[in-house]
Amino acid sequence: MIRPHRSHPLWVAFLLHRISGLGLALFLPVHFYMLSLAITAPERLDGLLRFTDLTIVKVAEFGLVFLLAVHLFGGLRLMALEFLPWSPHQKTMASMAVALAFMVSTSFFLKAI
Amino acid sequence: MMKRIGLLTSDTKMMTVSIWREEENDGRFEDYEVPARENQTVLDVVAYVQQHIDPTLSYRFACRVGMCGSCAMMVNGAPRWTCRTHVSKVVTDERLEVGPLRNLPVIKDLATDMDPFFEKWVAAEAVFHPSATRDDPMAAITPDDPMRIAASEAIECINCAVCYAACDVVENNPDYFGPAALNRAWSLVNDSRDAGQDARLAAVGSNGGCHNCHSQQGCVQYCPNELNPTLSIAGLKRETTKAMFRWSR
Repeated sequence: MIRPHRSHPLWVAFLLHRISGLGLALFLPVHFYMLSLAITAPERLDGLLRFTDLTIVKVAEFGLVFLLAVHLFGGLRLMALEFLPWSPHQKTMASMAVALAFMVSTSFFLKAI
Repeated sequence: MMKRIGLLTSDTKMMTVSIWREEENDGRFEDYEVPARENQTVLDVVAYVQQHIDPTLSYRFACRVGMCGSCAMMVNGAPRWTCRTHVSKVVTDERLEVGPLRNLPVIKDLATDMDPFFEKWVAAEAVFHPSATRDDPMAAITPDDPMRIAASEAIECINCAVCYAACDVVENNPDYFGPAALNRAWSLVNDSRDAGQDARLAAVGSNGGCHNCHSQQGCVQYCPNELNPTLSIAGLKRETTKAMFRWSR
């Protein structure tokens, strides 16, 4: 359970940024390893690419794109917070980051299936 | 005939409050039955317990009107100025739990040791360095001066440590100066009379400084005077970044 002093939207935005960052950090080495197979073992890469045609993998990719997009837009929000004149719309910007990430990842998913 | 207990009559509605009791690092919540009055603050409830049930309960307060910053406590898990927090506004599921401020050592019960909090104000160079003496003329600063306006936004701090208790970075990094000290440093960065700006920027850019802030904005959420320490810290981040380029030349 989220402790009471943390129960406000911008703390949740922080949590989302941290979780998406950690998720991407775990994903990227796997991603680069897969790309490296194009040079070292093309047949294995082809096998893995066929595996990504499965619907369940598409759903997982939707999650990945969401994490990437929410980290990107959340990061832009934080840089705006730190380096642009202060905006009183902090919660709006955090929810916009989530909304944009959802839009991007859903567009990806609709195109993928 | 009605039975009277202190200020109570037998038909007074009662409620239970859990209050943290601690002595020599041995602490636990204890329940007390207090009158459930329509209009009462959390501080009223704590005072009732001390005056009518257990006189050994220790807590800190002074002005009772939100000026002095003495009475901040954790109320149902969130930091609040208890003298201006109505019980009816914070009670959840008929439950009221009052504890000492987070992130500070407990002296006894609800009274915390504020020394680490104020020591960090000094460490953050959140102290004024005069550039003139009493024999010099008064500095002329107009109300529409942008620096004056920026300083004004940060000066109404009552040093209650609510932001310090709300901050997860303070909890996880014992060196972090915390929102209040950095907010004060920012008001001084905007003080054109101050002569210690380089030392201040070096201090707020150091290990315990502004760059630790994760912008969770719990300080903004809970500051009872509606100040914005995150804005102040963002200002310090910008100024220290500019100073880095200045000083590296």
